[in-house]
Amino acid sequence: MIRHLLSGADLDADTATEILDTAAEMATVAGREIKKLPALRGRTVVNLFYEDSTRTRISFEAAAKRLSADVINFSAKGSSVTKGESLKDTALTLQAMGADAVVVRHPASGAPHRLANWVDGSVVNAGDGTHEHPTQALLDAYTMRARLGRLAGLSVAVVGDVLHSRVARSNVLLLSTLGAKVTLVGPPTLIPVDITAALAPGTDVSYDLDSVLPNADVVMMLRVQRERMNDSYFPSAREYARRYGLDGPRMRRLPEHAIVMHPGPMNRGMEITPEVADSPRSTIVEQVTNGVSVRMAVLYLLLGGNNR
Amino acid sequence: MAYPPAARSSPPRQPSVKVILASADVQRVVDRIAHQILEKTQGAAETVLLGIPTRGAPLARRLAARISTFEDVAVPVGVLDITLYRDDLRRHATRAVGPTELPPGGIDGKRVILVDDVLFSGRTVRAALDALNDVGRPASVQLAVLVDRGHRELPIRADYVGKNIPTSLAESVKVTLAETDGTDEVKLYGGTTS
Repeated sequence: MIRHLLSGADLDADTATEILDTAAEMATVAGREIKKLPALRGRTVVNLFYEDSTRTRISFEAAAKRLSADVINFSAKGSSVTKGESLKDTALTLQAMGADAVVVRHPASGAPHRLANWVDGSVVNAGDGTHEHPTQALLDAYTMRARLGRLAGLSVAVVGDVLHSRVARSNVLLLSTLGAKVTLVGPPTLIPVDITAALAPGTDVSYDLDSVLPNADVVMMLRVQRERMNDSYFPSAREYARRYGLDGPRMRRLPEHAIVMHPGPMNRGMEITPEVADSPRSTIVEQVTNGVSVRMAVLYLLLGGNNR
Repeated sequence: MAYPPAARSSPPRQPSVKVILASADVQRVVDRIAHQILEKTQGAAETVLLGIPTRGAPLARRLAARISTFEDVAVPVGVLDITLYRDDLRRHATRAVGPTELPPGGIDGKRVILVDDVLFSGRTVRAALDALNDVGRPASVQLAVLVDRGHRELPIRADYVGKNIPTSLAESVKVTLAETDGTDEVKLYGGTTS
């Protein structure tokens, strides 16, 4: 078993499938009266968040607590970080407190990799800069498998700001490992040149959403961050929404079985219209539920045994 | 079969294998446990069989099948995975979690009979009792095992025992079942026979 989860590329097909299978068992706990398992009793999980996040932090916290681990939440705001403490010193402090796992979100790409060299415990990347967010990719894969019954051979369109999206990067890596076919869709300014060769050679790129939709089993809409809107990657928010936003008429061009995903938080009216977000095809709420099960599986597989 | 190796032991520590129950014996033992369950539970009313993986699960299904042949009652069967409740999780590499499947009627207020292949230290049963505690509140819990080999480390006993096998700690007992291994058999692998 792996010791850290830093990238979608850390997982081979067997390990990824084991995580998804374990997550399916963890999901049954959510339906019980007592939503608690004793597997990580006495272990300490630190949530180290240098960036604002609600759903990911709460999801990790719920996952760790359901496995009976002790959870320490650390957010950069209101901590010694504002006094200038470096990541390394913070890491050594956590180490001294006996953290068995550190769940880290950081605005700098690669910060979790550095952290993994400084602490003895397991490091889980909960999003680093514009780099990766592997547990999001796992929960997306879990959701696709739960809705469509398989991953191999699925046609997945990832639409939007691929350039700045850690969700997209982790998804491309994981989904191609699991045999799905990914097409990256977005304005040319927001899709890095040569991204497919760098990440996964089987991946396609398209600048035309309408031509991709009729053959997609899954459409994953990415969030367009507000701060990007003034960075002249595209002429205006309205133009972006017209060309790359998913609205009702576009959704009806999808095959009957296709699902619509979004990692959240959504900009309703920008990349996705309320009609689509609230339709039965949308898995946005399921993704949140599945996130807890998948993170339980990851924490259990990293911390459950004697893997040192 | 008598005790051949130890008495004549010329080459020391020859690994000895002894068949304790052959295929037909296993079936007879399962039949007897099914009868005992019917007798002790007044016709298996309000009773649920929960098998502990791996081999407890097919054993529980067999018991239910035999019970329905003998008395025409359908006993609900389920599987209770105990991986996450084990007390030795940290001593091994991470174990894969198996499915827990409770019968549709649940276990609340029922008489639950846990089914396993071998009763040894009792630690598996302790874990199963903890797991049971989290999935419902049965009226009572009983334990049925195919083989009891002794050496308990916890105050746990079985209500239904297929076969008591006196063993030394150096020996090991291996149960195989048609569903999981192809054949029904109980074998005793010897250390040095006392």
